[in-house]
This record gives sequence, C-alpha cells and structure tokens, in this order.
Amino acid sequence: MNIVQAKDLTFEYIIRDDEDNIENVKTAVDHVSLDIEQGQFIAILGHNGSGKSTFAKHINALLSPTEGSIWVDGMDTKDADKLWDIRQTAGMVFQNPDNQIIGTIVEEDVGFGPENLGVPTQEIWERVDASLEAVGMTEYRRHSPNKLSGGQKQRVAIAGILAMKPKCIVLDEPTAMLDPNGRKEVIATITKLNREEHVTVILITHYMDEVIGADKVFVMDEGKVVMSGTPREVFSKVEQLKALRLDVPHTTELAFELEKAGIPMKRGILTIPEFTQELMRIRGNK
Amino acid sequence: MLIILDKVNYVYSEGSGFEKKALDDVSLTIDKGEFIGLIGHTGSGKSTLTQHLNGLLRATSGSIYYDGQDIYDKGFVMKNLRSKVGLVFQYPEHQLFESDVFTDVCFGPKNLGLDKKEVELRAFQALEMVGFPKELFYNSPFELSGGQKRRAAIAGVLAMKPEVLILDEPTAGLDPKGRDEILDQIKKLHDETNITVILVSHSMEDVAKYVGRLIVLDHGKVMYDDTPKKVFRNYKELEGMGLAAPQLTYILNDLKEKGLDVYTDAITMEEAAVTVKKALGGY
Repeated sequence: MNIVQAKDLTFEYIIRDDEDNIENVKTAVDHVSLDIEQGQFIAILGHNGSGKSTFAKHINALLSPTEGSIWVDGMDTKDADKLWDIRQTAGMVFQNPDNQIIGTIVEEDVGFGPENLGVPTQEIWERVDASLEAVGMTEYRRHSPNKLSGGQKQRVAIAGILAMKPKCIVLDEPTAMLDPNGRKEVIATITKLNREEHVTVILITHYMDEVIGADKVFVMDEGKVVMSGTPREVFSKVEQLKALRLDVPHTTELAFELEKAGIPMKRGILTIPEFTQELMRIRGNK
Repeated sequence: MLIILDKVNYVYSEGSGFEKKALDDVSLTIDKGEFIGLIGHTGSGKSTLTQHLNGLLRATSGSIYYDGQDIYDKGFVMKNLRSKVGLVFQYPEHQLFESDVFTDVCFGPKNLGLDKKEVELRAFQALEMVGFPKELFYNSPFELSGGQKRRAAIAGVLAMKPEVLILDEPTAGLDPKGRDEILDQIKKLHDETNITVILVSHSMEDVAKYVGRLIVLDHGKVMYDDTPKKVFRNYKELEGMGLAAPQLTYILNDLKEKGLDVYTDAITMEEAAVTVKKALGGY
C-alpha cells in the first residue's frame, strides 16, 4: 500500500502586480509522479528553490495542486471533506522549532494536537506519555519549552505530531538551525520512529550525511524529480549532484577523489567502516 | 591588537533563581585582519560573546578594549563601536524591510548621518563586495532566492564600513552550493580588504576550510583557541562538548588505527586525498 502517491502533480505560483494583473507564473512543482510505500524512510534533496518544500506541503494538504493529484493513504487531497483526516495521517515538522511550539509546558504542547482532534482526556494523556517516551523527552515533560535546546525543542515538536498518531511524518529541514548534537538527536529520533513504530518518514534536508540511512532518495530540480534511487545509487553520481548545487557525504567524496587519482575504489561508499574496509582491500591486493 | 577582552564575565538574571553564567572569565585578543571561527553548542555563550564585542551586552565584570580604548569608559561613544563592529545575525534576511534591495542597503549608512551621495556610493560598493547581481538592485527583497537575500543582508552591514564583521551562522538553511558561494565571497572580501572576520558556525567543515584560528566555547569558557588543525586533534573532547570534528578527521583517524600511516591533521579534501594516496604508496 502506498502512503503517498502523486500523479502529474503540478503547482503554479501566480505573481500579480499592484493592479492584480497576472505578471508571472512560476511552476514550482512540475508534473511530479512518485509513490512512497508505507513504512519507508524517504529523503528529498534539492537546492533552494527546487520545489521540494512546495511538494512537501502537498502531502498534508497545506497546498492543493494546480494540476494532477496526490493521494495520502488513498485520500485525494482535493477532497475537502478529507482535509482533517489527511492532516492527521501526515504530520509536518518545520525548520524553526520556535515557530511550532505553543504550550507553556512540554506535555501541554504535545497534548495540543490530540485535544483538537477531540480525543478523550484519558487517551490524550496516554498519547502524550507514549509520544514523549518515543522521542526520549519524558524527563522534560514539566519543563518550559523555551528553556530547551534546539534539538530538544524539535523532539517536542515531533512528539506533538506523534500524539496525533500519524502514519507519516514530513520533516522540512528539521536540523537546519541545530548544532551537531541537536542534529544527531533529531536524526536518531526519526530513525527510531521509522524502525520501531513503522512511521513513514519523509525528510527534506541539505545535509547529505543525514540521508545515508534512507530507503530511497528523490532529488528535485526545477520542480521535477531528476534522480531517484537508494542513497548508494544517488551518491555514486558525484558530478551530477554537484551540477545540481548539491553535494555528497564527505566520505563518498574522498573515495571519489581517490578514484580520480587512480586508486580503484568502488563507487558510492557511504560510511567510514566501508571506506576503511575498501582501502584495506586495495592495500591487500597490491 | 584590535580587540582585547580581559577576564570578561556575564551573568544572566543575577541574584534570581535562574542565575546563569553565560561568559566565564573570558580573556582573548583579536588582531586586525584575522579570520576567526567561533564554535560551541547551543547555549555555550557564542552569541553572548559576539554581542559583547559591539556593546549590545555589557559585561557583568571585566574589561573590553577596542583599538586601545576601554569601551566601558564614560567618554566612549558606543554608537561608533556599533558601526565599527558589524554584526550579521542568523537569518539576516528576516531583517530586510525596504521595498527594494538598494534602499535597504542604504538604511545603515543613512543612519550614520552621511550625505546622500556617500550613502549611495557605499551601498553600491557593499552590494558589489558580496557579489550581488546588478540587475536585481531594484528588485523587492521578496523576489530573491535564499542566497541572494542573505547577500543583500550582509551588504547592509558592510555598507557601514565596519572594521570587524561578525557573521552568526551565515549559511544556515542554504543548499551546499549556496553555502560555498557565500563563504567564498566572505573569504575573498577578507583577503582583499583585510577586514577582521569572526564566523560563528555549527559546521566543522566550513570552519576547517576557511578560518585561520578557531575558538571553542563551552559553558561560557574558552576551551580551545588555536589553528583548526590543532583544535580538531581533540576531536574526542569536542564530542564531549556536543561538537564534532570534520568527517575527514574521523576517516583519517580510523585509517590510522587500522595501521595506515596517514597525516590525521589533514582538513581539506585535497590534503586528505594526498595523504591517503601517499600512505597506500605506488598509485
């Protein structure tokens, strides 16, 4: 079963002048067709302005397609009656944690979503407990969110989404404002949710090393999906990615540099143990 | 010596239950023309430190000298310091507010009381310095890409002709190419004008590549202050502070542990490739 299915999804921004005449039409998403299976960890890469955030906002119906369609767990996002079901199925986490936390205490903030869904009080608390546990923030439940670090705030934001029991979480550059530790915390949290709770994760990021563990990577450019595959497949195309204003993980790049220098490294090395092993193999063969 | 900090302490909410020492006995000297990286996890005191350098925060105790003058002296004009030490905040594009880029960049120098001609000349030069495309000078800031907006915002600070440029995470949220472009431009600006640059960053790769000196803060204390190569030798200690070394440091140390004789201080891709190739021998 596909949790997300897009067919010829197109979104146009219309830019109007002062007199409300149409000045320009910008196609932010251009006939994107893709399927995402329930339970997968998906990464979407692309430079600033490539259309990845615009695409992501279609997954929980914040935007509605100009042309084409997108189905979330079988529901067409153009179906107004299904709007709340869609938003409950696919939750979104944004870049700036300070813009998404509203409660004065952590547990209140996490309970906000289910409360709005009309969940009975007893169950709200059960969901809050389970969500905070899942993101490892139980000990901070009585804290004020503004005393937390960036990584902790993002984990609270994720818990707030989890409390709505979504099948899918879309994260739009959730680590852009975090320090290295905060980034690690957030990536470890969503990886765990994906593996243990089987929540579908759709991660949009500019950090290539966060993508290594994904099941599948989509690369967008000018509103289109221009590359897709496993991280290994995508990152073995170093030059193509650089032409798209992107990068590869440093480990992959060093292997690529060595290959260019005549050392017979295999393509698409992603991790340090893999790199070391490959180099030892080459040394042994000499 | 351009800036001297002598035993600077800064305490938040002194005397209350929330009392917190944000800067703990910080002593530093900064020379003219240095390119310095400032790293530390969230809450380590980086922003507090940079805000002391242009007088936005006042030290609880200790002294700060700018160009030989004590900035806490009665006769010292703080306004002059603020134009000499330019601070580019995180996500500076949120502070663009005029209807077109050029007018926005003029705002700072206009407030310095300069005449119109000088203001416009400075705005023009500042936009040139950051590599902002000429054909977009009169566009609305809203019509720009992320990287262009950020350049416009940096130009707004440069138009004040600061002697020191402090950038707080200038590449946050930019794509990899955009990161390189902004940092290359800042490096070029530094090399050509000899402006003192302080780069606050979470990216170890960026500081490794660009800065000559790296200051590491933890709990308001200066833990390391040395060249990036020497600082990254302490990568295990850095991890204990919620930081990390560049990915290459980890790769090279792993190779070394496995018996390959590589130069573990290499911090650029080129250096790393050279030392691995040499260690393998014969390729």
